[in-house]
Amino acid sequence: MSQTVTKKLMLFFPKCECEKPIIYHLVKDHNLIVNVFRAKVTPEEEGYLVLDVTGTEDDIQQGMDFVKTFNVSINYTSKGVTLDEARCTHCGHCITHCPTGALYIADSATREVAFNEAKCIECLACIRVCPFAACASAF
Amino acid sequence: MKTYEQINNRIESGKAVVLTADDIIDYVEKKGLAAAAKEVDVVTTATFGPMCSSGCVLNFGHSRPKIRMSEAWVEDVLVYTGLGAVDVYLGATQLRHGDPANMYHPGEFRYGGAHVMEDLIAGKQLQLFALSYRTDCYPLREIRTYFTINDLNQAIMLNPRNCYQNYNVAVNDSDRAIYTYMGTLEPNRKNANYCSAGQLSPLLNDPYYEVIGVGTRVWMAGAQGHVYAEGTQHAGGGDRTPKGIPKAGAGTLAITGDMKQMRPEFVRGVSFRGYGVSLALGVGIPIPILNEDVLKRTCISDREILAPVVDYSTDYPQNTGKVISHVSYEQLRSGEIEIEGKKIAVGSLSSYYMALEIANLLADEIRKGDFCLAEPIAYLPKDTKMKPLLIRDKAS
Repeated sequence: MSQTVTKKLMLFFPKCECEKPIIYHLVKDHNLIVNVFRAKVTPEEEGYLVLDVTGTEDDIQQGMDFVKTFNVSINYTSKGVTLDEARCTHCGHCITHCPTGALYIADSATREVAFNEAKCIECLACIRVCPFAACASAF
Repeated sequence: MKTYEQINNRIESGKAVVLTADDIIDYVEKKGLAAAAKEVDVVTTATFGPMCSSGCVLNFGHSRPKIRMSEAWVEDVLVYTGLGAVDVYLGATQLRHGDPANMYHPGEFRYGGAHVMEDLIAGKQLQLFALSYRTDCYPLREIRTYFTINDLNQAIMLNPRNCYQNYNVAVNDSDRAIYTYMGTLEPNRKNANYCSAGQLSPLLNDPYYEVIGVGTRVWMAGAQGHVYAEGTQHAGGGDRTPKGIPKAGAGTLAITGDMKQMRPEFVRGVSFRGYGVSLALGVGIPIPILNEDVLKRTCISDREILAPVVDYSTDYPQNTGKVISHVSYEQLRSGEIEIEGKKIAVGSLSSYYMALEIANLLADEIRKGDFCLAEPIAYLPKDTKMKPLLIRDKAS
């Protein structure tokens, strides 16, 4: 059996695709383990979904090919929560509020704050506490 | 022994030896105090953190016909007009008209006076709306126009309080989250926030106000400003460690500078959830190494600076004066402190990263001969205490 990998994705659902059970088919037909971090998918509106998918490279590829048959766009790089480097002053207020250590002090000498997207579970705590509005959500 | 004049001569000839307050610690340890004092001309200090007592004076020039503004708003933020006809004072913490504040607690406070200051320095076009009661010499009743900082005659930052010498570490002993100017504090001492550049902070490197005084030239967000008075709430007296480091807030500076020379990345509007708006400003202050004593005081390290831990759920709001304990900035910067047997995660509101950048920028300007030192024309009081506001039942 080939090795499984995990990929973090953000899916964008245009209005017309919001009522389709796409995630159900990823699990049932493509053997993928999905871990949804955050979703906003409502009828009559555009929707967003940020999730991890775990499976073999082949299964993930086939699953994504299936997703693409709908009018859904897949974003492999841009995540739901972003840190605007130009706005961040590296004050470090976010550090104690981030439950996973995704926001962390990268350099103990300069106290530089960095954001590890892979660890982010999109709880949005940083957006609430950042005094400089440096953290933002795509939706 | 060196004089200000000798140091300035070396700066002007591009020969000044300048180190940051961060680098000087190891340097003196390696070279020895006497040798280093001969060699080093200036040590740069800096801070970047929120300081509410900030604002600016703007002069708009006169419209045709003229107006004597009696109420005015910039970007819907109320400004103070009790000055000359077209002079206003914009306060950093003023909220935008219609901001729900804490009506839906905790409020977000996304935009206020400090954000107007940031936008102004960034060169954005802003809206002015003003009303007047009309006079014979100022006939216009109302004005709405759009301007940038370049349209103003003067835009002078005037901060009654900056550069707090030391500051509290805030914790929350209650069982619900609280929202303060020291950030969001989780219940039951789950986190602690501090707000100081520690060993890089200006007045911690000059604890007895020997070289920083009224008239000292300071780096204000890139502009060359100066200290114009002791800051509000300056309290030079009070408890100190054997090395002279105050164990509480203590000294403050009132500083002013030309906003037209400032860089927007160092003037930043701050929104504290549930509390309000504040301004984070980058300030750098050079310390002239006049003698060994002055140099010795700049060698203070985070390990030797103690900050008081205060409960912001009860003791701070009720003004009880109670301090839970003292912790060092070295402990704070480790990311965790231990108080009464409990480990507490530590966050910060002051940016050491930005302060370090400012200390280095200022050092470069001095090395290039672009920033000379100014000798104080008056010194800050060392013996004053902070007075409380008494609530009296009736006039005596």
